Amino acid sequence: MEELQLEISCSRTYSESAIEIDASHMDTRELNSLLREIMLSGYERAVLRNVCGQRYIGTRLYSPERRVVTIEIYGTPGNDLGAFLFGHRVLVHGNAQDGVGNTMESGEIVIEGRAGDVTGMSMRGGRIFVQGDVGYRAALHMKEHDQKRPVIVVGGTSQDFLGEYMAGGMVILLGLYGAHTARFIGSGMHGGAIYLRGSIREDQVDGHVLISRPDDADRELLGHQISGFLERFPDLSLERDDILECDWTKLSPRSSRPYGKLYA
Amino acid sequence: MRSLVLPEFTIFRSDECDGCRACEHQCPFGAHTYDASNDKMVSDSRRCAGCQRCAVFCPKGAIEIRPSPSFYRPNASWSRERIEDIKRQAESGGVLLTGCGSDKPFRIYWDHMLLNASQVTNPSIDPLREPMELRTFLGSKPERLLLGDDTDTGRDPFLMLETPILFSAMSYGAISYNAFQALAIAASRSGTFFNTGEGGMPAEMRSRFKKQTIVQVASGRFGIDAEYLNCAAAVEIKIGQGAKPGIGGHLPGEKVSQHVAATRMIPEGTDAISPAPHHDIYSIEDLEMLISAIKEVTNYEKPVIVKVAAVHNISAIASGIVRAGADILAIDGVRGGTGAAPKVIRDNVGIPIELAISSVDRRLRDEGIRERCSIIAGGGIRCSADVVKAIALGADAVYIGTAALIAMGCTLCQRCYTGRCSWGICTQDPELVRRLNLDDASQRLVNLLSAWSHEIKEMLGGMGINAIESLRGNRDQLRGVGLHEWELDVLGIKGAGE
Repeated sequence: MEELQLEISCSRTYSESAIEIDASHMDTRELNSLLREIMLSGYERAVLRNVCGQRYIGTRLYSPERRVVTIEIYGTPGNDLGAFLFGHRVLVHGNAQDGVGNTMESGEIVIEGRAGDVTGMSMRGGRIFVQGDVGYRAALHMKEHDQKRPVIVVGGTSQDFLGEYMAGGMVILLGLYGAHTARFIGSGMHGGAIYLRGSIREDQVDGHVLISRPDDADRELLGHQISGFLERFPDLSLERDDILECDWTKLSPRSSRPYGKLYA
Repeated sequence: MRSLVLPEFTIFRSDECDGCRACEHQCPFGAHTYDASNDKMVSDSRRCAGCQRCAVFCPKGAIEIRPSPSFYRPNASWSRERIEDIKRQAESGGVLLTGCGSDKPFRIYWDHMLLNASQVTNPSIDPLREPMELRTFLGSKPERLLLGDDTDTGRDPFLMLETPILFSAMSYGAISYNAFQALAIAASRSGTFFNTGEGGMPAEMRSRFKKQTIVQVASGRFGIDAEYLNCAAAVEIKIGQGAKPGIGGHLPGEKVSQHVAATRMIPEGTDAISPAPHHDIYSIEDLEMLISAIKEVTNYEKPVIVKVAAVHNISAIASGIVRAGADILAIDGVRGGTGAAPKVIRDNVGIPIELAISSVDRRLRDEGIRERCSIIAGGGIRCSADVVKAIALGADAVYIGTAALIAMGCTLCQRCYTGRCSWGICTQDPELVRRLNLDDASQRLVNLLSAWSHEIKEMLGGMGINAIESLRGNRDQLRGVGLHEWELDVLGIKGAGE
């Protein structure tokens, strides 16, 4: 393994493949440069301590040969965590701000807390797991193609405009901490599916959206994703079947062409 | 419901017609049919789009398409267009769509500005014998020249063009694969750039054209991943478009073929919906965030362009965009083209590009930030003189869209939104797409750029200028004719004779 060329006074190497960084005095660009060096040097895991508001963590890690690293974050990362993420794994021991997984391509983001607005916006692959709630407009214009099907699993609930313009993929709200109070859910939705544990009033949902109960195939998908969620948050000590057995609501688009009749 | 709208065109067929049925084959709107019982061709004017395909391809030259002379009682308030738009909406209940740039008679300022030429007091230059520099660099320029032994100049990434003309954003999906490829080929042969629009970049084109490609990130985020952004010379964030400022777009499901779907990374046959705003951009600060995210994902190796429509407070908006970190600002005027836009938006929203260039350039100079950002002007550039005038008003380069389409065969029939383009440009129908020959179309584009470049050199030479750099913002080379005082003020030019 190449030696890191940068002077990293605040880092220490755990092992051949893992490295720890103290991010307390680094700005966004500095931290991301360092992460890129770390990836190109062949490390597979980076632990970032004292992260405080640095943005775009994981974004500068595109490599044509698809190198993959795991980034473990202590503290609070700034906006656009994992934006354009290209196959990496990001784990946050804490809350995240707006734009988590913005336009991510693949990989996985795990938030052991709450995530802000537009979580998973335009996401087109990979998975995001949030232990707490998500903010406004989560899964906005999420889309799928062929085998690429993005998934967001949220332990709590979301704020308004969940799944706006949603064109594919799957969002699951487990509602573990209270009722779903979001409004304007699925405005302009024309693909994908939203699953909510518990019930929802019709007036919380856009008219383009069909409200139904998940069938057996849906439940199988749900079970698989819920298992994934519980594996990532073992501290919750919940059982998959206890969650799965409750009442569930499925939201799906009535048409893949919601505005087909708008024009003369 | 029976349509009560009069036919727009009249089809004349002369006795030269020998019934070869070429017109029937050429018309994608079904205007010509063969009447077997009478052994002759018949035409239905109501179906005619006025695209002139049949007239051009009739081997006998027997067909002529003219605007229909039929009329409603003349009325200054209720023109034929107003009456027929109402009839169409009463019949459909829908928003009227149209294609191409606005055809309304807003003042075309290009035609009210005249260029200077050297006479006696300084010599003009003959570009055929003397070097003439059209090479243009777009991107953020250093505030001052720093000389020292430091080998790292810290220079920001830039685009180098051999002529100050780029092809503007036209997406694969809106235009055909052949048209899209012709633009890419022509850009690489002419030393300039083409723009993917927001339809993504077909995977098989990436390695061949990556150095000539500007990839676009628009509100629909179609076909975007880290690889797409890195397979490009620059990344353009599209905020708005001159033909439809402030609104999004819907590529109808019929146009989302298997290959278009794969390129946009959405399921086949679904509408590709672009929201009106980017929902991660509600402010200049948010724009700064997307610009930074794109610079991060491309490792600060590519300039970022921000494209906006020319609207009322464009100079203040431009200032914010530059301060948000854009390397290049693209401004699209009210006459900018489109594959589909609501007619009411196209014809009523925005401002002419000429006024926008001038006010933006002046504002950025006044604020001392002009060098941080280059300006590309688009939306209504029709000839090489328009290019020269745009640069003299303060642009660094221009985008051409409509002009490029016309070079490939487009006749501005404005039916792009139907997906039935008879010239194979704005369609996904394989039969129609085949009509656009790749070699022929790309050669026409190369020829156009080469012709305009020669003309630009002639005009520069006449002014006694030997580099396009020296023309930029050089308003002294322009004089207005037939303009009001306020228009001269906004343009920052003197009246002719002054």
